[in-house]
Amino acid sequence: MRHEVRLRVGPVTFRVGSAWRGPVRALRRLYEGYPEAGDVADYTVRLEPAKPWRRWLRPSVRIEGDYVLPDAAPLPLAHGLVAAEMAMNLQMALGERRFLLLHAASVEKDGRALIITGESGAGKSTLSAMLGERGWRFMGDEFALLDPDSGMLHPFPRPISLKNEAIAAMEAEVAPERFGPVMENTPKGRIRHMRPRAEALARMSEQARPAMVLFPRFGFAREVRPVGPAEAFMRLTQASTNYVAMAARGFDALTGLVQTCPGVAIDYPDAATAFELIETLWAEAGR
Amino acid sequence: MSAALLVRALRDPESLPLDCDWTSLISAARAEALIGTLAHRLQDLPLPERVAGLFAMHRADAERTRVQALWDAEMARRALAPLGVPVVLLKGTAFLAAGLEAGQGRSIGDLDILVPKDALTEVEQALIGAGWERLKPADGYDDFYYREWMHELPPLIHRERDRMIDVHHTILPPTARPKPDAAALLADSLVLPNGLRMLSPEDVIVHAAAHLIADGDMAGGLRNLWDIDRLLREFAQAEGLWGRLAERAVHHGLDKAVRRSVRLAHRLYGTPVPKDWRGTGDGLFVRRLLSRDGWGRRTRKATGFGFYVRGHLMRMPPLMLARHLLKKARA
Repeated sequence: MRHEVRLRVGPVTFRVGSAWRGPVRALRRLYEGYPEAGDVADYTVRLEPAKPWRRWLRPSVRIEGDYVLPDAAPLPLAHGLVAAEMAMNLQMALGERRFLLLHAASVEKDGRALIITGESGAGKSTLSAMLGERGWRFMGDEFALLDPDSGMLHPFPRPISLKNEAIAAMEAEVAPERFGPVMENTPKGRIRHMRPRAEALARMSEQARPAMVLFPRFGFAREVRPVGPAEAFMRLTQASTNYVAMAARGFDALTGLVQTCPGVAIDYPDAATAFELIETLWAEAGR
Repeated sequence: MSAALLVRALRDPESLPLDCDWTSLISAARAEALIGTLAHRLQDLPLPERVAGLFAMHRADAERTRVQALWDAEMARRALAPLGVPVVLLKGTAFLAAGLEAGQGRSIGDLDILVPKDALTEVEQALIGAGWERLKPADGYDDFYYREWMHELPPLIHRERDRMIDVHHTILPPTARPKPDAAALLADSLVLPNGLRMLSPEDVIVHAAAHLIADGDMAGGLRNLWDIDRLLREFAQAEGLWGRLAERAVHHGLDKAVRRSVRLAHRLYGTPVPKDWRGTGDGLFVRRLLSRDGWGRRTRKATGFGFYVRGHLMRMPPLMLARHLLKKARA
């Protein structure tokens, strides 16, 4: 391919090829300060014109790679960063078998990890981004990688994909050079990426033992409810992209997780309430 | 050309330098559905750490695929046992059930079985009774197309296991020119330890060759050709394979496809074959088989289109094909 960049996120390496210079240049800028990817990439993704003439004419990006969904819709070139991110996610979701993948954010404090899972809109990215600026180590906003052999969580700290209102909230706290370009009208609304703190990048090979699984819900009055292991198990099977494919190893990893980690569901009307709730729950769990 | 690198890695693993372009090799192998096979072939070689880790992952995945495919076959066996008709496993699942080397690390798509044509209706009913469901609407054109012109029923998918089964009554579409002898395929099939059946060794190769050469546009051809290489090496250990294969290929009207497959396997994978099975004239086929670059992309679009047209023409006479394409375009 004409343009290429190699990226490393936690234990996983990617090779991204692009028919255009733009997305590769944007990725290089966004991933500044990430460690070298090394010679061998685990996954290859390709950003290609949806049709040959679409390289120039209303350029649109088709997501291709080692693993693809047949019906993934193309994106305009201006959303090249989103296309690259979706393509990398897809390789993980469809191809990865070394880890049990949970669709979850994660943060770490004192060597113990908090897993934050939920549907789109529950606040995974927002909460993990915020905690990452306030005394926690950011480990990831999209996938939590559970090692089935050790039960440890691997960081997957790609740039945080902030959406809509969360963008302004983080812009108020974080230096401008850590942000990517603003992308309007993507399939998920307005998106702006934010690079994690340098410390989170420097420690991206450092695993953490999971200590709590949080099931947040945004837009409701403050509420806290314990989630038992059976419910946590069922909800996490839904939140895992490769649970079925991991077969017995996935089952063992997940039952191990819910039996050793308390689960808590919280409802929160705003980020400040969530932050206060999480700090309180974490302090109680540590006691 | 990364397809060439992939072929070399499969054919002669020791010849790979430790600093070869692993990323391209892995992408090409994934695109050709040969990654599990490659992971097995290179298992005992010194490899860069990341490559070794990836291959271990793919071997574990192939093992899970194996268990799942055999379980699926067992479920079909239980559903069909009361009918008392022979049920012959085809392709990958048969290789796994028989413990053939061609099954090592192999990817498995659907469960393919062969049953007598006059039992099709009751087989379909029994499968539907056991949890398989129609994928296509029963009154649509696709459904009609399958029943009228294909060598298999419209695919059924299991509602809980999410796995597809293709029920064949022969190994090529009835509209294609060669008319394999389906009754002989069934009559000479062998019983497997799990109570299901597989084709005789010669028919397994004839089927693999029909699948590679005489059916479709040769997409995934390197994998199908690898099957043929492994099958020939394993079956040729028995005395007299080549003579029986030649005879059988003629009997099924697939002499040309079988001979070409054997030549291609010899040329690309170095399969040992007798002198009178060698020859030339396969340049275009080799070109098509090797059209995969280090990014996993198909190259040589014109060759590909040629094989697409060829694939359709072999399946149907031109007039019938025109009617079919018109119907599909309107839908």
